[in-house]
Amino acid sequence: MAYHLEFEKPIVELEAKIVELKNVSGSGVNISDEIARIQEKADKILVQTYAKLSADQKVQVARHPNRPHFSDYIKRLVQDFTPLAGDRLFGEDCALMGGLGRFRGQSCVIIGQEKGNDTESRIKHNFGMTRPEGYRKAQRLMQMAHQFSLPVISLVDTAGAYPGIEAEERGQSEAIAKSIETCLRIETPMVSTVIGEGGSGGAIAIAAADRVLMLEHAIYSVISPEGCASILWRSADFAKDAARALKITAQDLLALGIIDEIIEEPMGGAHRAPEATVDVVGDHIEKVLGDLRGIDGPTLKTRRRQKFLEMGHKV
Amino acid sequence: MSWITNFVRPKIKALITTKDVPDNLWAKCPGCEAMLHHAEMVKNQNVCQHCDHHMRLPIEERLKLLFDEGQYKLVELAKTTTDPLKFRDRKKYTDRLKDAQSATKRKDTIVVAEGTIGGKNAVIAGFDFKFMGGSMGAAVGDGLVTAARLAVGNKAAFIVIPASGGARMQEGMISLMQMPRSVIAVELVKEAKLPYIVLLTDPTTGGVSASFAMLGDVHIAEPGAQIGFAGRRVIQETIRASLPDGFQTAEYLLDHGMVDMVVHRNDLHQTFAKLLRLLMNTKKDKAA
Ligand SMILES: [Zn+2]
Repeated sequence: MAYHLEFEKPIVELEAKIVELKNVSGSGVNISDEIARIQEKADKILVQTYAKLSADQKVQVARHPNRPHFSDYIKRLVQDFTPLAGDRLFGEDCALMGGLGRFRGQSCVIIGQEKGNDTESRIKHNFGMTRPEGYRKAQRLMQMAHQFSLPVISLVDTAGAYPGIEAEERGQSEAIAKSIETCLRIETPMVSTVIGEGGSGGAIAIAAADRVLMLEHAIYSVISPEGCASILWRSADFAKDAARALKITAQDLLALGIIDEIIEEPMGGAHRAPEATVDVVGDHIEKVLGDLRGIDGPTLKTRRRQKFLEMGHKV
Repeated sequence: MSWITNFVRPKIKALITTKDVPDNLWAKCPGCEAMLHHAEMVKNQNVCQHCDHHMRLPIEERLKLLFDEGQYKLVELAKTTTDPLKFRDRKKYTDRLKDAQSATKRKDTIVVAEGTIGGKNAVIAGFDFKFMGGSMGAAVGDGLVTAARLAVGNKAAFIVIPASGGARMQEGMISLMQMPRSVIAVELVKEAKLPYIVLLTDPTTGGVSASFAMLGDVHIAEPGAQIGFAGRRVIQETIRASLPDGFQTAEYLLDHGMVDMVVHRNDLHQTFAKLLRLLMNTKKDKAA
């Protein structure tokens, strides 16, 4: 189902008009001229709009339901994907998926949150909000990558770790802490990509990596703009202000030295061209893994730690 | 919350010039509602003598309580807190910082001290909750890394005492990055095979609990302390149900296997001394 963002309305209307004209067209020359004219206008507005998205608009794009999700990346980028389930302690959490697979000829461990794309799958994946079991599964898979000297690819897309009674009882804090620790311990390359929403502790749990990439319109934040607004502005109505103030865009985070690279999205955002988006993400990951190949494990770990220790200190 | 800030702040002054602050001489215990005289409170480390309710304790008092003979040396922390995002909500972050700095007389929430506990070298990094709710920004990460390196250099045990609501939102993603940074600090200590012990005090939540605070070799919690990842309100709004009694308290975490022990404030020094002697004496005693 197509889903349109409020600020995309002028573009969507023009595109609807084009469809309409095409349907009625008796292939008259005038009509095809008209179509071309409208198309040009739509393209122009699209380019203009996406060239200067506000932080708040990026939040909407990053959460767009038609944006490619973990499973879309797996389908297109990974051969022989073999999902692995369970934390060996309590249960299986489908909010965080993971397994073994072959990415551009290379055996890898792939982990990431899956938000789901319809009611049924969203419930199955708990909207990508991971429980302790999911983080413990991630730890298990990262350790497996270490054991077999396989690179780890993580795809981050979550509003945040699941806030629930059982999640607290089973140690959500400990699970996230140990996941970060595992990221920082493994002696094998790790590349993380924020493909949609990077929601706070739930995101960093699988993103303390050698290289952190971010899609052009993805967001990565310590707290949701809504949550921040309701605490600091005392009202969620100020979410737009919070989104701007928190510096959550890929562009801001690259400038702050929090992420390493921005991956350009197809014009009009990933939701307009999911397959092209997945391919370009694949190209970037392949390039980064190529750069990291040949660096021995202990050096990788030392450099990874050094990177985080120096973060925020422009010395 | 305002009860304790009202009470704690004038305390030092009150000891010198009692007459000036008659309003703050008595305060009501949130546990049993008994009226408590501040002199008794000070003597009793902010624990109610009627019901054992543990109220928040200033970090200096904690250091005195934990180190041998109450003797310790404060470690100077180099960096001052900056405002990397030029953050402004209803108020500028720099103004919030200034207010917190003048109220607490420190640069940021974190305090690092060294000394001995049970005769063993120890470095403590503690939080001052009164400084912006003990929130974790770059200064906290820096302080923890400094403290961890000092512990490794001194062959000392590393003890952290969080009292924090979590990340400092005003530092945005830089505050989130203190989670991996603090984990690395802990790794340095663990790799040196030195003990890392966390004393979980009220409150330890959010990004603080989901990083260094849950990675201790031993977790000690104070009675009644609130410890957890997500805030109570967020959970309630998500699940649309009420929370169980004692949810996210120290005792609840003990029941669920997340802490090793819940220890009364009066017994903390002894507990730490015993643990450090057990963890740091590797040779067999001669005497039977
Ligand atoms: Zn009482």
